[in-house]
Amino acid sequence: MIGQAKPDGYTPAPNLPQSGAWLRGLREAALVRFQAMGLPQRRDEYWRYTDPTRLTVAQAATVSGAGAGAGAGGVVSAAFDAAQALQLVFTDGVFDGAASSPDLALDGVEIDHLAEACAHDLHWARDIYGQLETNGQTPVARPLAAWNTAMAAQGVLIRVRAAVLRPIQIVYQGTDMQADLILHHCIRLEEGAQLTLLETGCSGARSNHVLEVDLGDRAQFHHLRLQGEDAVAARVTHIFAQLGCDSHMRSFTLSADGALIRNEAVIEMLGADASAHIAGAALGKGRVHHDDTIFVTHGAPNCESRQVFKKVLRDGAVGVFQGKILVRPVAQKTDGYQISQALLLDDDAQFLAKPELEIYADDVKCSHGSTTGALDETALFYLRSRGVGLVQAQALLVLAFLAEVLEEIEDRDLAALVQTQLEMWLDRQQTL
Amino acid sequence: MDLASIEAEPTEVRDGVDRETVETVQAMAGKYKYGWETEIEMEFAPKGVNEDIVRLISEKNGEPEWMLEWRLAAFRRWVQMSEPHWAMLNYPKIDYQDQYYYAKPKSMAEKPKSLDDVDPKLLATYAKLGIPLKEQMLLAGVEGADGADAPRKVAVDAVFDSVSLGTTFKDELRKAGVIFCSISEAVRDHPDLVRKYLGSVVPQSDNYFATLNSAVFSDGSFVYIPEGVRCPMELSTYFRINAENTGQFERTLIVADKGSYVSYLEGCTAPKRDTHQLHAAVVELVILEDAEVKYSTVQNWYPGDEEGRGGIYNFVTKRADCRGDRAKVMWTQVETGSAITWKYPSCILRGDDSQGEFYSIAIANNAQQADTGTKMVHLGKRTKSRIVSKGISAGRAQNTYRGLVSMHPKAKDSRNYTQCDSLLIGGNCGAHTVPYIEVKNNSSRVEHEATTSKVDDDQLFYCRSRGMSEEEAVALVVNGFCKEVLQALPMEFAMEAQALVAISLEGSVG
Repeated sequence: MIGQAKPDGYTPAPNLPQSGAWLRGLREAALVRFQAMGLPQRRDEYWRYTDPTRLTVAQAATVSGAGAGAGAGGVVSAAFDAAQALQLVFTDGVFDGAASSPDLALDGVEIDHLAEACAHDLHWARDIYGQLETNGQTPVARPLAAWNTAMAAQGVLIRVRAAVLRPIQIVYQGTDMQADLILHHCIRLEEGAQLTLLETGCSGARSNHVLEVDLGDRAQFHHLRLQGEDAVAARVTHIFAQLGCDSHMRSFTLSADGALIRNEAVIEMLGADASAHIAGAALGKGRVHHDDTIFVTHGAPNCESRQVFKKVLRDGAVGVFQGKILVRPVAQKTDGYQISQALLLDDDAQFLAKPELEIYADDVKCSHGSTTGALDETALFYLRSRGVGLVQAQALLVLAFLAEVLEEIEDRDLAALVQTQLEMWLDRQQTL
Repeated sequence: MDLASIEAEPTEVRDGVDRETVETVQAMAGKYKYGWETEIEMEFAPKGVNEDIVRLISEKNGEPEWMLEWRLAAFRRWVQMSEPHWAMLNYPKIDYQDQYYYAKPKSMAEKPKSLDDVDPKLLATYAKLGIPLKEQMLLAGVEGADGADAPRKVAVDAVFDSVSLGTTFKDELRKAGVIFCSISEAVRDHPDLVRKYLGSVVPQSDNYFATLNSAVFSDGSFVYIPEGVRCPMELSTYFRINAENTGQFERTLIVADKGSYVSYLEGCTAPKRDTHQLHAAVVELVILEDAEVKYSTVQNWYPGDEEGRGGIYNFVTKRADCRGDRAKVMWTQVETGSAITWKYPSCILRGDDSQGEFYSIAIANNAQQADTGTKMVHLGKRTKSRIVSKGISAGRAQNTYRGLVSMHPKAKDSRNYTQCDSLLIGGNCGAHTVPYIEVKNNSSRVEHEATTSKVDDDQLFYCRSRGMSEEEAVALVVNGFCKEVLQALPMEFAMEAQALVAISLEGSVG
C-alpha cells in the first residue's frame, strides 16, 4: 500500500468522511476489508490482463487536453436528451443542484444524496450500502470497491416503490483535471417497481464508481450507461446487484475510447425465475484499454442470464473480457449464456478473454462462446463491388457486428439513441 | 487371482484389435480392475527426497556426471519453489518427504539382457494387464494374414515403479533407424541426443512438479525417429505403479526429426491402496520440419474408492514443441483414473504452418477431481490448432477444463477452433470451464465454444424403452458425447477407451 499523505490517495489510515450512526460502522468495516485485501496487483488472477497501476497509484495523473467528459472523441452526455429524463448532475464529483432538473420529485421515487443522508442516524440504505459490495467480495476480492465504500462522500440513494416510466439520468461532468473522484450510488426497487437509470459522461483525472442495486420480487431495472472521452483518465466502476424472485435486470454499457476503463459487474440471482442481461459495446482507437469483468451467480432455480459483449478495436487498443457464470447447486433449470466477440480492425489491436463457467448443478443449460478476428474480406469485397467506399463499407460491417449487442437494449427508442452514438464514433474515425 | 495361476497362463497376445483385451475390459464389473498388486521383493531408496536421494537415483541409473549435475540443479531450484494452488483442486497437503522416490524389483538388480531374463512375476503382471511383452508371439500372429490386413505391431516399453523392464521390437526398430529405449539407457547410449533435447521443451524451471521430476525422474522412454523415417510400428509405454508409498516420476522424450512420423501410446494403472500416491511425469516432444507425432494416452491410474480414499495424485507436464515448419502434433487423452488430475498437454507452434491438435475426454466420478486442458501457443505464421474437450462429471466429482489459446503478434493468419463440452450426471458434481484467449494480431481467427448440459432425458428414455438398462443407456449416450475424441484414438485404444468410459461411470446413476 502506498503511504502518500494526500486526502484522496490510498493511505493506510485515511480519515473516513463524517458519517451518521448508520454509515459509520459500514465505512469502518469496508476499510478493514480493504486493508485485508490490499490494492489489486498485476499478479492477481483477475488483473492479469489489465495493469491496475493507474488506478492504484497514490495520486491520479493530471488530465490534460480537451475537456474531460465530452471531448470530440468521446460520447456526449447530451445523447439521452430526447429521453427527457430526470437529471441528477455531478460536477467534478459533487452533486450540482443548479445543473440538475429543477424539480426532483417523481411519483413513487425517493431520492436522497449520500452527502446529506450520511448525517442522519438511520437510513433505509443501511441494508444496501456496502452490503452488496461485501457479498460481492467472494470468491474474488474487489479491493477498489471496498475502498469506495469506505471513502465515498457523494452519490445518490434512490428508492422506487412504483413503476416509474420517466428515466432518471445521472450526468457526470466537470472541468477539474486533477480530481480523483469517488461516487457511490444505492438503488432499491421495491416489489413490482420499475426504473430506467441512465448514466452518462465522465469527469476527473480518475474515478471510482460503485452502484449497488437491490431488486425486490418482480422488480424491473433497466440500466444504460455511456462512458467515453478523449482524456487520459483512469476509470473503474463496479455494479453489485442482487435480484429477487421474478425480477428483471438489464444493463448495457457503451465505452468509447478513454485511456483505461475497468467495468466490473457482480450480479447474484437470489430469487427463483429472475433474469439478468448484462451487455456492453466497446469502441477503442489508440492507447485505449477497456476491461469488462462480469461475474453472474445463479443462486436460485429457473433463472436466466445473458452476457453479451462486443468490442471494436484499432490502433493499439486493447479489449479485455472476463466473464463468469457460477451456478450454485440449488440453481437447477438455469439457462446461462455468454458471448464475447472482438473485431480487430488492424494488427495492433488486442483482445484478451477469459470466459468462464463454474457449474455445480446438473439440470442446466449453459454455454459460452468467444470469437476474435478481422472484418470479413468477402463481405468487404462485396460491398466495394457494389460501389461502397472502403471506409463506409467498414463502418457498415462494424455496425452490423454491433447490432446484436444493441438488441440487448429493450427500449427501442433508447437503443436508437445509442446507435446514433455508435455511428457518430465511426464517422469520426473517417475524418481522423 | 493368485500369481501362480497367472504364471501358468500363456502370455496372451494382442493382435490388432485385441479381442481378448476388449473382452477382458467388457467383462469387468464396475470396480477398478487393475487394483491388484504384484507381490515382489522391492529395493527401496530411503523415504523422502534430498540431494543424496538424487545422487542415488543417478548412480543407480549409471548416469554420467552432467546428468547428475542437471538433476541437482533442478533439485536446488525445486527446494526454493512452492506448490501451485491455482487449479480448482482440493486435496490435503502432500508430504513430499513421506514417500519413496526410488523403488526397483530386486530381481532387476542386474539389468536383464533381454526380456527372456526378466522375472516371470513381472512378465505375468504385464500379461495380466493385457500388455504383450513377447515379440515372437506377436510376430507369429502375423502369419496367415496377408500384408494389408496384418495386425498392427506395437513396440512396448514397460515401466514398473522406477525402472524400465525392457523394450520390445528393438531390433526391428533399429533396422529402421528408430531408437526406442528407456531414458536411462538413452542417457548412457545416446548422450548427445539426450543432452541436446532433454529439458529443451519443458525447462527445469517450468513448474513445481516438472522441476521435481527433473531432479528425481527414475525412468521413462526415449524415442528418436531419424529424418524421413515413418516409424514402422506404433510405440507404446506402459506405466505400472506397484510399490506402496512410492511416487512415480517418469520422463519421456520423443524427438521426431525432419519429415518423420510416429504414433505413440501411453497407458497406466496402479494397485488399489488407501493412501494417495504421487505421480509427476514430464513428457517432451520435439518435432522438426514436416514431422508428425501422435501421442495418445489412456490414463487409468487407480482413482480411489467411492469415499475418496486412496488414488493417484497425477501432476503431469506434457508439451510438444513444433520447431520446424509444417510440423504437426496431435494429443489425444482419455483421462478416467487418478484421484487428482493436473495435466495440460500443450503445443508450442513455433514453425510456420505447424499444427497442433488436442482431443480429450476427462471423466471424473465419485470423489475424483480433474483440472485438465491444453495450451496452444501460436508463434509461427499460418499455424493452426484445434481443441476438442469433453468433460464428464458424476458422483461428487469436479471436472475443470483449463486452456490457453495465445496468438502472438507475429502469428499472422493463424487459426484456432476450440470446443469444450461438459456433461453432468447427478446433482452433486461440478463442471467448470476456464479458457484463456489472447489474440494479439488481427489476421488470425479464434473461435471458442463451450456448453454444459446434463444427459438428455429423452435420449435416456429412448434407450430404456428399447430394453437397455439405465447404466447401459448412460454409457451409450456418453460414448456418443465423446465420439469425436474416441475417433481420434488409434483403433485398439479406442475400443479400450470406450469400455473404460462405461466402467468409469458405473454406479453413477440410479
